Amino acid sequence: MKSPLLSVRGVKTFYGNIMALGGVDLEVFEGEIVTLIGANGAGKSTLMMTICGTPQAREGQILFDGRDITRIPTHEIARARIAQSPEGRRIFPRMTVFENLQLGAAITDFEFFAQDLRRVFAMFPILEQRRDQRGGTLSGGEQQMLAIARALMSRPRLLLLDEPSLGLAPLLVQSIFNAIRELNEKEKLTIFLVEQNAHHALKLAHRGYVLVNGEITMQGTGAELLNKPEVREAYLEGTTRHQ
Amino acid sequence: MAAAMPERKLDVAGALKDAALAAFVAFGLFSLVLGLRTEQSGLTSALQLYPRPGLLFGAVATVFAGRFLIALLFRSNLLADPARFIPPQASKGIAFIGRYAGIGLLVFALIIPVIFFDNRYLLDLSILVVTYIMLGWGLNIVVGLAGLLDLGYVAFYAVGAYSYALLAQNFGFSFWICLPLAGILAAFWGVLLGFPVLRLRGDYLAIVTLAFGEIIRIVLINWQSFTGGPNGISGIPRPSFFGVPFNDGPDGFAATFGLSFTPSHRVVFLFYLILALALITNYFTIRLRRLPIGRAWEALREDEIACRSLGINTTHTKLTAFALGAMFAGFAGSFFATRQGFISPESFVFHESAMILAIVVLGGMGSQLGIAVAALVMVGGFELFREFAQYRMIVFGLAMIGIMIWRPRGLVSHREPSVHLQEKKPIPAAVVEGARQ
Ligand SMILES: Nc1ncnc2c1ncn2[C@@H]1O[C@H](COP(=O)(O)OP(=O)(O)OP(=O)(O)O)[C@@H](O)[C@H]1O
Ligand SMILES: [Mg+2]
Repeated sequence: MKSPLLSVRGVKTFYGNIMALGGVDLEVFEGEIVTLIGANGAGKSTLMMTICGTPQAREGQILFDGRDITRIPTHEIARARIAQSPEGRRIFPRMTVFENLQLGAAITDFEFFAQDLRRVFAMFPILEQRRDQRGGTLSGGEQQMLAIARALMSRPRLLLLDEPSLGLAPLLVQSIFNAIRELNEKEKLTIFLVEQNAHHALKLAHRGYVLVNGEITMQGTGAELLNKPEVREAYLEGTTRHQ
Repeated sequence: MAAAMPERKLDVAGALKDAALAAFVAFGLFSLVLGLRTEQSGLTSALQLYPRPGLLFGAVATVFAGRFLIALLFRSNLLADPARFIPPQASKGIAFIGRYAGIGLLVFALIIPVIFFDNRYLLDLSILVVTYIMLGWGLNIVVGLAGLLDLGYVAFYAVGAYSYALLAQNFGFSFWICLPLAGILAAFWGVLLGFPVLRLRGDYLAIVTLAFGEIIRIVLINWQSFTGGPNGISGIPRPSFFGVPFNDGPDGFAATFGLSFTPSHRVVFLFYLILALALITNYFTIRLRRLPIGRAWEALREDEIACRSLGINTTHTKLTAFALGAMFAGFAGSFFATRQGFISPESFVFHESAMILAIVVLGGMGSQLGIAVAALVMVGGFELFREFAQYRMIVFGLAMIGIMIWRPRGLVSHREPSVHLQEKKPIPAAVVEGARQ
């Protein structure tokens, strides 16, 4: 078996004295979609941010493509081609859509820019129409698309998505998930996805992890987790009954 | 228009109520302070009370009238939204002015020396205004673009001025050699300040930069042997026209160019010099905004964490902002030194930093034109009120409050995108490449 693209080993992250992650182990292999589900405050976003180096892990190790990235600064991690669409989107509100995308491409060779731009506009046509509009005046869903598009502009090898479906109408959720699947299938992009929408996420993902209070309690393929009674009870109540 | 009208009805009763309340409070406050005069009288030196009903009435009436007018304006919604009572033609006109104001101002600036050749006072004032415009544009890189609140900007102005003065006096370097050196030295100090404040933002950054400005000034005062201490440095070489001095001798500017000698030649030269320096600052800022580094500054202002996770080195980004901002202050400082011929720490007090920052903030944080207008209004306005020295801080304060109420984001708050794409449909590769430089 080949070695994982991302491997997180015994990572502990603290906010002051409060431990948010208590020794997390997980692996993401090249070409996979891996999802992380968990309740509010479980530490999902913290794990995402720890992979990106803000905050840095106090203990444990994070390897990306065999390289230890635990202690290197955030911008170096980004240059190793890990892109993130963070929680809360964090787009640049006073800058236009186009400028946001330019900033996404800050670390790529500029010969790719035109081509990448066409690619993300094809994926999210609304962004092309809104190209000269300020990021802050986009609707929530448009901002989400911009955050994903901006992350893609850096030609990542690993894309981290933190709750991409947050606050979106069901139809849009579907189209975001379709876009994620397409990215994975057509472009072989490796994706690590944090979701509240556990049903969708587990159906989409090859594998999944469940995070409870900063520790991984379960793992398995998407289908396995979907069928576990504990998972159903804790994260799929309500959703499954209607499906 | 008609739809917007109904809210605009005069609420006289409400305003009267407000005014009566204010007058009542004023009466309470003033009845003892203004209404009574105490005097020590006679041998017993007992305190005698004299009532002053006229003065008291006058003060209360003024408060009543003032409060009534203000309440009327606000209650009737006359001022809440200026767009409401500006007819569309007028706003179109304003937009038109906005588009050409920059060019208009530039042309006007270029012909100032022609129009006011004999008006030494106005020429000097213009030089002052343009100096502040340049300082405003320089600080704008740090505050407006990179979003780093710097309250000690005058320190770099001082570094530039002292570098020029010391280099010119000790080594006899000409202005054109000193200018870049002063800029480099100021930039160096900018980086020195930048390092310790890398992790700070907002209020904390402001406090540290404020302290830094004071430290530089205090060093200048106390390092007698090097800087001349509080006495400053005098006899700084005056500027020459690329080697031709401005004097009435046979080698002087007037004789060389077959003109009759007048001291105005030097002033006009100084004016064009500072104008050129300011325009260079402007040009660089506009260019930089379109380069990756300029975009990184703006992104830093918007969201530092997002910046880093896009692979932007925020340390470099901040340091370059500090360094470039400081460099332009250094240029302005050398100009200041050569123009005055004399510098002392007194020229570099906190008040100057505050003034420059006010120009940037009132101008709209990031708008080049807004800053130019703000500098013109502030420096020019300040000068207009010179005769009423004791009132000018009041007027100044009122103007600031006014701007905060009606233009909370500055005179020109619109942020011009760094790239414009006219065509909507295809993305021409040339445009994309041009945008990325
Ligand atoms: N900057 C911070 N300072 C202190 N505590 C923090 C900080 N950020 C997060 N925490 C705490 O760490 C824990 C994990 O938070 P985190 O944001 O990772 O949760 P999450 O799983 O992403 O939750 P959600 O699903 O609500 O987004 C929470 O208890 C939170 O209060
Ligand atoms: Mg979260």
